Amino acid sequence: MSAPAPSVFTPAALERLEALGYAKGKPNLEAFAATLLECGKADRDVVVVTSDSRGSGKLVPFGVELPHQLVEVGIAEQNLVGVTAGLAASGKKSFGVSPACFLTARSLEQIKNDICYSNVPATVVGISAGVSYGALGSTHHSLHDFAALRAIHNIDVVVPADNRETADAVRWAAGHDRPVYLRFGKAAMYDLPEGDRPFTPGKARTLREGSDACLIGTGETVIHCLLAAAELESAGVSCRVLSVPSVKPLDEQAVLKAAGECSAVVTAEEHSVHGGLGEACAALLMQAGARCGFKIAAIPDEDTVTGAQADIFRHYGLSMEGLAESVQSALSHAGAGA
Amino acid sequence: MSKQLSIEELKLKSVRYRRELLRCITEAGAGHTGGSLSCVDILSVLYNRVMNVSPANWADPDRDRYVQSKGHSVEALYVVLADQGFFPLEDLEGLCRYGSPFVGHPTRKTPGIEMNTGALGHGLPIAVGMAIAAKLDNSKRRVFTLMGDGELAEGSNWEGAMSAAHHRLDNLTAIVDYNTLQITGPTRDVCSNEPIDEKFASFGWNVRPVDGHDLEALTEAFTAAPEPGRPTCVIANTVKGKGVSFMENVVKWHHGVPGADDYTTAQQEIDAAEALLTGGPS
Repeated sequence: MSAPAPSVFTPAALERLEALGYAKGKPNLEAFAATLLECGKADRDVVVVTSDSRGSGKLVPFGVELPHQLVEVGIAEQNLVGVTAGLAASGKKSFGVSPACFLTARSLEQIKNDICYSNVPATVVGISAGVSYGALGSTHHSLHDFAALRAIHNIDVVVPADNRETADAVRWAAGHDRPVYLRFGKAAMYDLPEGDRPFTPGKARTLREGSDACLIGTGETVIHCLLAAAELESAGVSCRVLSVPSVKPLDEQAVLKAAGECSAVVTAEEHSVHGGLGEACAALLMQAGARCGFKIAAIPDEDTVTGAQADIFRHYGLSMEGLAESVQSALSHAGAGA
Repeated sequence: MSKQLSIEELKLKSVRYRRELLRCITEAGAGHTGGSLSCVDILSVLYNRVMNVSPANWADPDRDRYVQSKGHSVEALYVVLADQGFFPLEDLEGLCRYGSPFVGHPTRKTPGIEMNTGALGHGLPIAVGMAIAAKLDNSKRRVFTLMGDGELAEGSNWEGAMSAAHHRLDNLTAIVDYNTLQITGPTRDVCSNEPIDEKFASFGWNVRPVDGHDLEALTEAFTAAPEPGRPTCVIANTVKGKGVSFMENVVKWHHGVPGADDYTTAQQEIDAAEALLTGGPS
């Protein structure tokens, strides 16, 4: 008999989660697929392109209900992005869906040229992102996609943190007139506070107020930031939590405000420490002359451990406990530097 | 309409396109001479006889679509688009220079250009998406893409070729500018991709080999009814550097830019070719 998959939350974190009473929702991928089907029914110009990924993308119902609006290209990611671009250039609201690891590495030149440089209104959707396919090894991890796409002009990088934000982002992308990258993992998401606020690119959401430190998370790390902030409160630390649903454009004002009002800032992301949310915030804060403790919680530049997403999160300190420790560490550095 | 041009008039256009593209490249000091000269006749036929696209119908969703996958031969496309009235020929002054909207590879900043291209192996997948969109729209519009034979080493072409056949895209025509040379040397020495015709045929395409400088044969290849459910690949046998004797089949002219003497000699040859067509000195 196989052992149950480890929970992404430690027992202590699960207890904390229950005490906070956040409602458990679906994986964002399911919310994405359901919203896309709704958009496709309302608008026959919404077209999905998949690379043998309609199953993993939860797009089987879309293909059954709207067969003419789903284009299958087989296991051919470069072609997937080219076709998505050609459809967008012909007036379609096209969504090219493929595992993030292949989509943003194998097809990076197509994303850069066919979509971003040509400026066509296509959305590329990276599914099972970060270490969602943790046990499958580094071939299936996408820890470079923020870095790669942040360095390409003319694309928004959108990473929703709950189902409502996902639905808002998909509706927005379907009506948007320029390139978008949407990134989803596989884990079930929790409905975050302020869930009814519509998604706006470049706007962070303040999920919890606090004045000593600020945790800035994106996507699947945000719930852990909230739990860590609650832990820190028990230890007498007032910790703000920002959710960043668009890594690019970044809500610079919210990040600068946090650094101005708190002694320490810690960023959390399911991505390499290089080139992601953390380095984006670091560059912003250094150039603005901000003085605060600072730490990036992310996957270090090493041969990444394998295991379930939960194992990897815990190993690299992206859990409640790890993030609380990082905040304490950043606060102590802030104190030492003052 | 221009599509009624006689073959003699069309030949004259091709000669003049060659003159203008050489002038632009020489003045700019930049460009891809050999591959531009090899595809002039293909473009001349597409724009003057085959495709339903013009400045007047540019906003019409049912216009035909052209994607130049071998983007480095953009100078040929620029002079043809100028001749079609998309912009004045004089706008090409400053081609490739600082601040010029006329870049060394196609961009949508240029009126008449559908997609930004230049990295090789991109045009066919894009054209596949465009052809699928036309099918979804029940539109009769056709999609054309022009590829180089050296470019076929990029695997993305074969991904596109597979999906075009799978989706039964008989509204799609891929044209191979089969000039047999690439920047390093003969394509068969760099990485042989022979036999190109059999490869496309085995992928499910209808293949039409043609003399890529025979304007009548090109017209026939582009306008013959497609085989239902099969995309068409026109393999246009061309000569790199076509129309200038000392550039023909010489690999250095892939990216070579004429100096003043070369330019004068080339213009004299082109003047002579024009005089033959017009029956007197130009």
